[in-house]
Amino acid sequence: MTRRPYLSLVIILLLVALASWVDLSKQITIVNPLNGKTLVDRKVDIRLGLDLRGGLQVLLEADLPANATVNSNDLTTTRQILENRANGLGVSEVVMQSAPPNRIVAEFPGIQNSDEVVKALQQTGLLEFVDLGDERLAVGTAIQTDYGTANAVPDGIVTLSPTNTASPIPSATDTVPAPTEAAAATSQETPAATEAPAAPTIYHTMMTGASLSSVNVEVSQQVGSSGYVIAFTLKSDATTMFSDYTGSHVGKILAIVLDKHIISAPSINSQIDKGTGIIEGNFTQDSANALAIQLRYGSLPVPVKVVESRSVGATLGEESVRRSLIAGIIGLSVVILFMLLYYRLPGFIADLALIVYALLSLMLFKLIPVVLTLPGIAGFILSIGMAVDANILIFERLKEELRAGRTLRQAIDLGWARAWPSIRDSNSSTLITCLILFIFGNTFGASMVKGFSVTLAIGVLVSLFTAIIVTRTFLHVVLDRIKFAEHPRWFGI
Amino acid sequence: MNIIKRRYLYFAISLLVIIPGILALIFWGLSLGIDFTGGSLLEVRFESGNPPSITEVANLYAEYSTPELDISDPIVQPLPPDSLSIRSREMDDATKSEVVTALQERFGSGKNVIILNFTQVSPAVGQEVARAATVAVVMAALAILIYIWFAFRKVNHAFRYGTAAIIAMLHDVLVVVGVEAIFGHFLGWQVDSLFLTALLTVIGFSVHDTIVVFDRIRENSNIYRRVDYETVVNHSIVQTLDRSINTQLTVMITLLALALFGGTSIRHFVIILLIGVFSGTYSSIFNAPPILTVWENKEWRTWFRRKPVAV
Repeated sequence: MTRRPYLSLVIILLLVALASWVDLSKQITIVNPLNGKTLVDRKVDIRLGLDLRGGLQVLLEADLPANATVNSNDLTTTRQILENRANGLGVSEVVMQSAPPNRIVAEFPGIQNSDEVVKALQQTGLLEFVDLGDERLAVGTAIQTDYGTANAVPDGIVTLSPTNTASPIPSATDTVPAPTEAAAATSQETPAATEAPAAPTIYHTMMTGASLSSVNVEVSQQVGSSGYVIAFTLKSDATTMFSDYTGSHVGKILAIVLDKHIISAPSINSQIDKGTGIIEGNFTQDSANALAIQLRYGSLPVPVKVVESRSVGATLGEESVRRSLIAGIIGLSVVILFMLLYYRLPGFIADLALIVYALLSLMLFKLIPVVLTLPGIAGFILSIGMAVDANILIFERLKEELRAGRTLRQAIDLGWARAWPSIRDSNSSTLITCLILFIFGNTFGASMVKGFSVTLAIGVLVSLFTAIIVTRTFLHVVLDRIKFAEHPRWFGI
Repeated sequence: MNIIKRRYLYFAISLLVIIPGILALIFWGLSLGIDFTGGSLLEVRFESGNPPSITEVANLYAEYSTPELDISDPIVQPLPPDSLSIRSREMDDATKSEVVTALQERFGSGKNVIILNFTQVSPAVGQEVARAATVAVVMAALAILIYIWFAFRKVNHAFRYGTAAIIAMLHDVLVVVGVEAIFGHFLGWQVDSLFLTALLTVIGFSVHDTIVVFDRIRENSNIYRRVDYETVVNHSIVQTLDRSINTQLTVMITLLALALFGGTSIRHFVIILLIGVFSGTYSSIFNAPPILTVWENKEWRTWFRRKPVAV
């Protein structure tokens, strides 16, 4: 590498260009010029932690007897269900992570009122009646619905488009035998939509579980059926709506969706106008009971309770971001000035390396992506100091070698070689500490501690890179042609 | 410059800081934050600029306290200019809402009362965190001892280097914890997970500094084989002094910028880091290498002997 400083310089400049591009853009797209395929299409944005943008963090723990252990699959399922519920609330960018063996960390950016969210999480599942049209989806399929989104209808009220209400079909019975997934024949002729676009379909929720007043398991009256059906009664305010809806959607499929997963997909056989209906299928007593319980209460494989909650107001967050930014800029400027005044020309080179360092770190924060918390920013600012340390070590050695009468080129290589063991050993000890902090932070959902260790570790690694490659290359490129004897003052000697 | 010669003076200076800290630890103890004890922490800002007095808040809390959910005796601290931090035993969400509404009605003076942050931790989780924190600190110390042992394995008495670095590190830990105990008593600072983070960082930084000096001793011992150990050590310290001071300056500049201009919520954290970084550099120059010399000369044999009286 020392033989070819210009090659390294080109690589560094390319890296800097890449870093600047990522740092300045919010979205990066790379298209393969040969076939026009999109290779990379990613949102790259700095992610701020809850302490900086305001929000709520909740640590949930399995609410089980002390000696019971939690199956990791159950924990994962619970997390998924909770995540769906949270998304159903219309809260965006909810992050949930399992913290085995028995905890889940949930983060809700922008939420101030913890009461509502926590209640919603602990309450029963979100039950929806979803209009699938003619599409027959398998039980267990995860779907997206418009419930809780901006254009959703309020709970229990459905708006029907005029074209749908045009042909109401009269019906005689109030308990409608609805063929379920097994017995469905009517709508099988439309298995189209194979050319479906990549974007997931968002289905319309016509009613939620809030409109059900009672759910019971009954023995089927019908001859030849497997034996059990689920009978439900609607609340009075939903009856008319449900009647209109079923009247206009005969033959269509009305899926019963719990926490965004289809649990049953019967088709509507006729209008349901009295507010009661039954769901039929190949139920055993157990499976019918299970579905009825889900309809009544929703379900979580593991019940959870809140053991820790932290909420940060948005005002405090904004203030912290602004202040950290100011502190960072001031800190960085003073360090840059100090290096320039004390180490002169090499100091200037170190400053350039420091800027490369800042650009590269920021790129990594965005690409990985690292969630920036307040201590995380502190870790990053602290690592600026440590990044400079590597350069200081090299320059002090450089000066010594120059005083010993070596040529500049020799002095750079020797100074670097002699400083390297110190740089390596000292940074290793910091990395060891980071690792232990990370493990500690991860176990307790202490995202502040975790954030600090991650940014500090990235800072240390990037600073090693800048010390090993960038500073050395810059030194060679700039200094190889300078005769030290003519300009000792440039080196502060 | 002869630093090694005055080693006992520098040890004395260290003790001068550490002993009051240890006394503070013994008599006052550390005040543990809710991260470790469990409980609730509510920080509120009064937009009117007139936060209620400590007794007023305590009375309000006492009103909402029930036998099952005892939140009387909250610890209230003013956060100038217009905010309060209120710490109590764990309360539920409903009580929190009631308390905040009451604060708004009684002390809002027509302006908003804003919740800056609200934290609650159950006592069980707190204890677990405290236990894990202790494990983390011990693990970090052990990992670093092993690393130094490994890095210096080719030097004579590698174990001494590791031990001296650990002693210097313990010095910094004692300084930081002692200062925290003193400030905790007078300023109400509390040990939270951030303090722990700062402590672990100081451990990393302290060893980082010590290794740079030791590295030079390792190198010089090979070059100057005929020179006596004390001189080699002193020479190494002087050679690395510029670097030690400059690095410390840059790190302290960045930390100082954070302390002065950064958010109030991390000020405690940053100040602890500042103290720790300073102590780390001090111990890497004035404690760790002198300890090597003391060890080399086996000076403890003369520590408790009367000095020969000059006739």
